[in-house]
Amino acid sequence: MLAFFMSSGLFLGWSLGANDASNVFGTAVGSKMIRFKTAAVWCSIFVVLGAVISGAGASHTLGRLGSVNALAGAFIVAFSAAVSVYLMTKARYPVSTSQAIVGAILGWNFFSGSLTDYHSLTEIVSTWMVCPILSALIAIIIYKGVVFCINTFKLGLFSQDLLTRYGLLLVGAFGSYSLGANNIANVMGVFVPVSPFSDISFYGWFTLSSAQQLFFIGALAIAAGVFTYSRRVMATVGEGIFKLSPVAAFVVVFAHSVVLFLFASQRMQHLLIHIGLPPIPLVPVSSSQAIVGAVIGIGLLKGGRGIRWRTLGGISSSWVVTPVIAAVLSFISLFFLQNVFEQEVYRNVKYALTQEAVARIQKVQISVKGLQPFFGQEFANARRLHDLLSTQKMLRAQDLDFILASTKIENLTLSAPQIDSINRQLITEQAILPLRELEGRVFKHRWQLEDALAEKSLYWRPKKDGRNHNANLAKRIDYICNIFRSEGD
Amino acid sequence: MDFQIIKRKLEIGKRIDDFLDNVSESGLLFKLGVDSYLKGNVESFEKKLEDITHTENQGDSLRRSLEEQLFMQTLIPESRGDVLELLENMDTLLDRFKGAVWRFEIECPTIPVEMHKDFSELVECVVNAVEAMVRSTRAFFKDVAAVADHMHKVSYWEKQSDKVSTRLQRNIFRQNDLQLSHKLQLRDFVIHVDQIADQAEDVADKMSIYVIKRSL
Repeated sequence: MLAFFMSSGLFLGWSLGANDASNVFGTAVGSKMIRFKTAAVWCSIFVVLGAVISGAGASHTLGRLGSVNALAGAFIVAFSAAVSVYLMTKARYPVSTSQAIVGAILGWNFFSGSLTDYHSLTEIVSTWMVCPILSALIAIIIYKGVVFCINTFKLGLFSQDLLTRYGLLLVGAFGSYSLGANNIANVMGVFVPVSPFSDISFYGWFTLSSAQQLFFIGALAIAAGVFTYSRRVMATVGEGIFKLSPVAAFVVVFAHSVVLFLFASQRMQHLLIHIGLPPIPLVPVSSSQAIVGAVIGIGLLKGGRGIRWRTLGGISSSWVVTPVIAAVLSFISLFFLQNVFEQEVYRNVKYALTQEAVARIQKVQISVKGLQPFFGQEFANARRLHDLLSTQKMLRAQDLDFILASTKIENLTLSAPQIDSINRQLITEQAILPLRELEGRVFKHRWQLEDALAEKSLYWRPKKDGRNHNANLAKRIDYICNIFRSEGD
Repeated sequence: MDFQIIKRKLEIGKRIDDFLDNVSESGLLFKLGVDSYLKGNVESFEKKLEDITHTENQGDSLRRSLEEQLFMQTLIPESRGDVLELLENMDTLLDRFKGAVWRFEIECPTIPVEMHKDFSELVECVVNAVEAMVRSTRAFFKDVAAVADHMHKVSYWEKQSDKVSTRLQRNIFRQNDLQLSHKLQLRDFVIHVDQIADQAEDVADKMSIYVIKRSL
């Protein structure tokens, strides 16, 4: 059953490999600078590495947008995205898996009554717009640099050809790594919250988290797409759609890879924060649109002749059309799977204005006087509670978020076998001690567990200015909540 | 892709150099051959004829192996078509030098002494035009920015050879003591030699397109 449900994600991965690998190696293979076999092997290796090593960043952003919490739901989300990609490709639209998956998640949010994080959605959509522009700018800078180098070092025809070949191979590898890191979230991101895998430690050297194992499988599907179907697409890209010289192709692929890497690298984000710059959001972006952006950048540098402005129009409309189609498809398919095939497409998350939750809310000076008639009442999903809260005029947006987080019902049961099953590579024995002290207790809300742990140990306590510490702490709490929740369910 | 490709590229670069050496050498042999002919030094002329035939054969086999290598090993796929055409055209120049020397050997034209100076000057201009073309071709492979420095000289020498050729033809037809058949034979010789410079200029024109195509 698991394999069946994951098949839609794998199919999406396969189509991503078949289409987007051609963005990375298409021109090189089409212009016969690199043999297809060499390109396919390099592409597959680096896609897998990128996905497993750096795939988590963009996946978290998708997770914030909507946490698909049932396997059948994740299947439909990936399936709807894959079908939308297929339909849009048929209609000759410059389609992006990133846009399709976002639309499909929104469809799931509507269907399951989950709230959409509009902050994440704005972040994602604005990134789509920035992506081709940034790619064009980077392509212009790289192109200028390459021209300067060729003129300064007086490269001969054969030396230039040789360097271009190796250059194409290197940027192709970098591009594949970035593609894996940035786009694996589209393929496997929705399966992360429902991952059936547990973490594997390799003799204490390194640990493959359950998400990384999912990404590995997704990356293999991408690699399968590269080997089985990308050859044809590469030939079309190399010879037809945009006829680029090998040097220009090098610049375009390089710019595309840099953009995808920027929107996927957590290290880069940490570095920017460290030196006091605003962080780049980690969002899955469209590889094809980054390529088109870079080609337009070079076109503009050469005076803007020969740029097909209609392509730009197509890109802008796809920002809206693709997610809408995917969302509608996702919504309808979820309805069918739930009502016709009787599958659980989402795990219902209830909310309740419990005594403890109300006390917590009042403690931070949020007025809940208007909600008094509903104290003790349970709400079927986030939307119901949100609708009620929206009627309370004095509540600000952050107050709503706080109330929702405080009232979410988790029913976390800390039993001995569950505590024993915690991976010691992720959480040390010493950090598990406070959990043992709480053994046998049941926490209705997640924050109650957080407070109880913070009281017992510094390890579980958030720091005032510790952004990294707090982010890691949130990940660890997510991990243990998943373990304790499963028994409650 | 393996490191064999570096070896192959070094090899092909050297072969192209050798081929261009042959073209350049054939021009020098042509000049020395015509000088020997004009001086009536038959032995030296025959030696030059032999040498230029050998050089032409060498050039032909080098060109063939270069073409084969470029295609079989998919080197410089983007510029391969241009490079092959360039090599073919350069080989035609080599052939024409050889053909001109052979024509002297076959027809043994009697060139009046008062025209020797102009004939030598015409040969000099033609050889210089081809030499400038050889330098342009070398630059095309090694430093594309330097191509223009040599290419304008091809046009210069072609114009010079046109001037000398016109002067020679006028002199030929104003010689009253020559028979018309003799005049026509000499005119054909002048045109045959002058056409080598014209051909060099045609190659230069095509090369300017290759250079534009290679410009980034």
